Amino acid sequence: MKKVTVYITLKAGVLDPQGKAIQESLTALGYEGVTDTRVGKVIELNMEDGPDLEVRIKDMCNKLLANPVMEDYRFEVEEAVQA
Amino acid sequence: MKFAVIVFPGSNCDRDMYHAVKEVLGEEADLLWYENSNLENYDAILIPGGFSYGDYLRCGAVAATSDVMKQVREHAERGKPVLGVCNGFQILTESGLLPGAFMRNQNVSFMCHQEELVVENNETVFTSGYEKGEIVRFPIAHGEGNYFCDEEALQQLKANNQIVFTYKNNPNGSVSDIAGIMNKEGNVLGLMPHPERAMEAILGSDDGMKLFKSLVENWRKTYVTNA
Repeated sequence: MKKVTVYITLKAGVLDPQGKAIQESLTALGYEGVTDTRVGKVIELNMEDGPDLEVRIKDMCNKLLANPVMEDYRFEVEEAVQA
Repeated sequence: MKFAVIVFPGSNCDRDMYHAVKEVLGEEADLLWYENSNLENYDAILIPGGFSYGDYLRCGAVAATSDVMKQVREHAERGKPVLGVCNGFQILTESGLLPGAFMRNQNVSFMCHQEELVVENNETVFTSGYEKGEIVRFPIAHGEGNYFCDEEALQQLKANNQIVFTYKNNPNGSVSDIAGIMNKEGNVLGLMPHPERAMEAILGSDDGMKLFKSLVENWRKTYVTNA
């Protein structure tokens, strides 16, 4: 079994209204020097391993987990810790 | 004319949609639970607003994977009309029936009020009853109505006259003030504001009447010989 962590972020150049609001809050709290804040998602999957693992992950990302119109994704694969 | 209103878990404008076509227009309509439904005998499909599947992952993303949306795709491929409003529009973009995607409103707030829209294209089965450039008032009610598509897709929308409604005063940050678009073929319309909630003047506006009436009249002209 593999543990797959998928990171989904808005594409570069796409305005992130949530990120902008958080950035303003950080500034309001006195944290100067934060120049950009962007919000994304993390999705953790436990998956059966196989030679087509990466193909399956990319397929799931393109079809459901991310929206390729506005989002980019990347993922990390590690050994799943057995419960 | 026979309408199907698809009901997903979390839909909340389904009754409004049903009321608009059944009670106000006096056409045939059914509320159809998304599971085990059969769309074959319907002339038009209405996908209502709401928060299908709690907006999990992205608005409309989970509903877009449902079996009933495969049927909606087949229905659309046969050239029959499909109208998605609010969450229904989000489901149409997520399922690829319409281009683009939705993001949080620019002010990060849920907004619920009347908006003025401009009819950009009145040469559609949905809008032939309006004048081009006519200003209509429909309510909006959304937190993620900020329409996004890249520059290439936007040029395509413009070149094919797919932009049907724009906001007069863009409330949410949508690209090119877009409030409603259709597919290239012209039989699938997605609209963020709610025409089905603008059917009776006593409720604030009846500007939505012309949209549903256009659809019914155009359908009769095409499919009913003695019309």
